[in-house]
Amino acid sequence: MSRRERLANDERYREWKGAYRPYDLVKEASIALGVVLALVLLLTVVFSSPDEKPSTVQSWARTDPVDFVTTATTELDGSSDTGGYGPPYNHASDGQHLLFIYLQKWLGVSHPIDTAQDFVLAPLRSITGQPALQAAVTAYESASPDQQTKWTAAYENALAKANASANNTAVSVPAGAYGPLPTMMAGLLGFAQSGGLDGALLTSKQFYQTDYTKPLMLMADGGLLADRAQAEHLLGSQWGMMNETGSYPGQVWLWLYTFWYQIKPFSTSANADILVMAIMGVLSLALVLIPFIPGIRDIPRWVPVYRLIWREHYRSQGT
Amino acid sequence: MVVIDTVHRVPAMAAIINLNHHPSYVHWHFFQMSVSNIVVIALMLVVFVAAILVPFPSRRTSKGAS
Amino acid sequence: MSASEEHSWTAAVRERAVAALPPEKLLSDRQPTYVASWIYVFGVLSLASLAVIIGSGTILALKGPGWWHFTGVGHFFNGTHLWAVELFFFFMIIHLWGKYWMAAWRGGRVGVWITGAVTFLVAIPCALTGYVSQQNFDAQWISTQAKDAMNAAGIGSFFNLLNFGQMYSYHVLLLPAAVVGIVIAHVLLVRKHGVVPPFTVPSTGDGADASTPAREEVSS
Repeated sequence: MSRRERLANDERYREWKGAYRPYDLVKEASIALGVVLALVLLLTVVFSSPDEKPSTVQSWARTDPVDFVTTATTELDGSSDTGGYGPPYNHASDGQHLLFIYLQKWLGVSHPIDTAQDFVLAPLRSITGQPALQAAVTAYESASPDQQTKWTAAYENALAKANASANNTAVSVPAGAYGPLPTMMAGLLGFAQSGGLDGALLTSKQFYQTDYTKPLMLMADGGLLADRAQAEHLLGSQWGMMNETGSYPGQVWLWLYTFWYQIKPFSTSANADILVMAIMGVLSLALVLIPFIPGIRDIPRWVPVYRLIWREHYRSQGT
Repeated sequence: MVVIDTVHRVPAMAAIINLNHHPSYVHWHFFQMSVSNIVVIALMLVVFVAAILVPFPSRRTSKGAS
Repeated sequence: MSASEEHSWTAAVRERAVAALPPEKLLSDRQPTYVASWIYVFGVLSLASLAVIIGSGTILALKGPGWWHFTGVGHFFNGTHLWAVELFFFFMIIHLWGKYWMAAWRGGRVGVWITGAVTFLVAIPCALTGYVSQQNFDAQWISTQAKDAMNAAGIGSFFNLLNFGQMYSYHVLLLPAAVVGIVIAHVLLVRKHGVVPPFTVPSTGDGADASTPAREEVSS
């Protein structure tokens, strides 16, 4: 069909010149509202809604002190996920890219996080009445970068074989050359277990705060959130984007978005997020532009579901 | 071993059917979906097909074009 | 002397609006006879769900974002908000399927299709900002995961999922306003253009939309 024929063909559908019947629009809308209200009330009374308590840095430090201390050490030497993330938090990497396009770098480091300072050193410096702890921090800060790296690397190796005390208030590692790190980490663990670190990370910019970037980034660097998520089938590899906690229905409309993460190359790519976003961007644009896409726009004609929808109309027309 | 904290805070509003428990999942190769989500999707397909097939009540017709 | 001697902007806007949508079109009390299928109710069901979302959201906003965690009544209204969202997407997607199989963009109705598709696409981030505003574990997990997609696409600098205050603002005002605005445009376009007529089918009944002149609808 030529473009002119197509446009002429389309014109015939512009206006209906056939029969009408009486119709009460306001009544139909009112009935629809009543039906939806009834359904919503029924679903709410029967199923309610999920509300799993949030984790805190405090609860994390109390229930898994080894994981907390290990994460804190990686924040100190910048080897944590946040430490190596790149924009918008730091310049440690260029971030994800699509071919030669590095969208992640475009708007720069707008939420700067210095993992060593923000997550470890500044909170430790805020603790008063512990001169031995402050001396340990000073010893660390005045050591050379090489020395600091030697300490953190040795301590991280040792933490792989660490044990928590019976009441989880302390972490013990095999003897080794860790410098001031055990003292610093013991101080940070105590601070976290008292709830002080949650507060310190939140109010670091001003009194009134709504920005949870720092405490959330710290927790996400550890294993706590991921362990909870795995138990609830919320991991990316578990189609988690579609899921809700418990047995509640989730976000089924995200099925195609989460699908890509399950298959290669996306499941093993360091650039999975930008690749999937790009694909979904193209497909979303295609959805909007279906009327202009040959083939896709013709399927409703070729596969006559419309015959069922308008069967009464066709019957009355004698076709 | 991390203890997973899932205690509800709300005192009174209990659901008739409690969905705050470990869900059932369907696994097939790399496909994995909760039974709840499968139910929702199946319901959508059933409702869509029903909406097309179930007869719509006929009404009186007025003559004449717009 | 006529007030329209010097043609006012107000009069121009009014005349254009009334020409596009005279009252009897805007609030019509009749519909074409071919509108006779249950598939046609899913648009108004989607609208009704949106109304319940906004109503329940308004009640939640009255008491602030922490209320629902600590009272039974608050938790109840949170439940109504969640289930209204599930119903909204449920009905809207079925509405989209129906409109696709009807090729409802025909006859100059491309704008109707586009506004409808864009509504769906804007509703998704609106829901996302809601999920990350819950202030519970689900919000923590979703925000820390979805931030990677935002950052990879270069918008994480501006749109910080971990910033509760920002996300709550988007969820309670900016994105619902966008959804409602696009939905209003969608509904007005439907009122203006009318519901798309059926495909014309030749008397041979082969189901093809023939490029040769086919039977026209006959006024009955």
